[in-house]
Amino acid sequence: MPHHIEKTAKSFSEEVTCRHGGETLTACYQCGTCASSCPVARLDARFNPREIIKLSLLGEREEVVSGDAIWLCTSCFNCQERCPQNVEIADVFYALRNIAIEDGHSPNIYSDFASALTAEGRIVQISKFVEKKREEYGLPPLKPVGLDSLNKILSATGFTKPEKTEEKR
Amino acid sequence: MKSYAIFLGCTIPARQPNYEISARKVLEKLGVTLVDLDNFTCCCPPPIQSINLESSQAIAAYNICLAEEAGLDIVALCNGCFESLAMVNTALKNDKELKAHINEVLAKVGKEFKGSINVKHFLQVLVDDIGLEKIKENVVKPLSSLKVAPFYGCHSLRPSKLLQLDDPERPQIFENLLEALDAEPVEYRNKLKCCGGLLKGISDDTALELAREKLVNTTKAGADCISTLCPFCFVALDIGQLQVKTKFNEIYDVPILHYSELIALALGVNPDELALKSHKIKADKIIEKIA
Repeated sequence: MPHHIEKTAKSFSEEVTCRHGGETLTACYQCGTCASSCPVARLDARFNPREIIKLSLLGEREEVVSGDAIWLCTSCFNCQERCPQNVEIADVFYALRNIAIEDGHSPNIYSDFASALTAEGRIVQISKFVEKKREEYGLPPLKPVGLDSLNKILSATGFTKPEKTEEKR
Repeated sequence: MKSYAIFLGCTIPARQPNYEISARKVLEKLGVTLVDLDNFTCCCPPPIQSINLESSQAIAAYNICLAEEAGLDIVALCNGCFESLAMVNTALKNDKELKAHINEVLAKVGKEFKGSINVKHFLQVLVDDIGLEKIKENVVKPLSSLKVAPFYGCHSLRPSKLLQLDDPERPQIFENLLEALDAEPVEYRNKLKCCGGLLKGISDDTALELAREKLVNTTKAGADCISTLCPFCFVALDIGQLQVKTKFNEIYDVPILHYSELIALALGVNPDELALKSHKIKADKIIEKIA
């Protein structure tokens, strides 16, 4: 059904561009500067930034948001620096990941990051042992974390913790 | 001399006392005061931005507000913290609409982003604020015989539009600092490419391959050590060597030293005070060269 395909394509592109980070998606003219600047694309056949942008422009929503590819960007910003069309590619990937997470797709490690953030206010836990060692090293004690404010901001901005799924890592 | 609010982030206090100790000792020697503020949280780096970009920006802005209230510029030691905070600081200063939106959120916790402070990388404080001349004057143990491969990592430089630390393709700031210590900066292939750190737990093989190519290329270039600006790069290249040994049966034995550690050594801090034991690849041969 061509009509349906066209409608879907238009809406996914729009869904991305009206999001934070996704605004510049449609400026892409598929030159491939991103792919040739990408440290991951050289090593991992699953990842090609130009391809992800193309699929997004074509409205292949399901393939983009449920696939592995969008999670393989290292956020190194090489592509974004070099894009002749000023597509903010790494930011577009953040927008795609935000959509994927709302749809329930993400590697399990993101659930761990979110748990640590909401419980401790830090994404890496600091053990009591390490905290005690500070004195021995002559380092000042750690200051309290603004956990209350952090959690209020998270809920005011609609932050939802990604759930772990069985079949994923 | 100027005071700064020190932003420690998560990884440094959790895992890298060597970075924090050396940074504090260097600034103490150079007469800069650091203030530890209450209530700083996680900076909300790429993994959190990947979950919710807006939440991340608002939390970064909240942290900036704490420094604004204290009237202090922020110095960040970690590339990740620097990037998260500096991006938001610049973006909100330049985008009234975004600022108004984030301020609506911040009002819920009694904060308002004003745009009155700067977020600086520790490297910028050293080179731009303190100055290479002053650092040179304080060097008592020049690193004259040392070939150092500078490793910038990604988030000191990029996205350059928002971070404005140096030219993202041909940076010189780190090399200039190493030369001020009388060390020889070494050029090598893929110097500005990612360490792979952010792929850990997502694609471990690719992450390790990215770290490994830095070890290959710096070794080919004849570097005595690699110097890092970022705790994630440090881990990727230091612990990474143990993983490369297991997986590829290759031994590089190239010590990884944060730039702050090299400066501390050059300024005459006793190596025993620097928690160098926390390095997996021991820095002993570097210490011997300097002594």
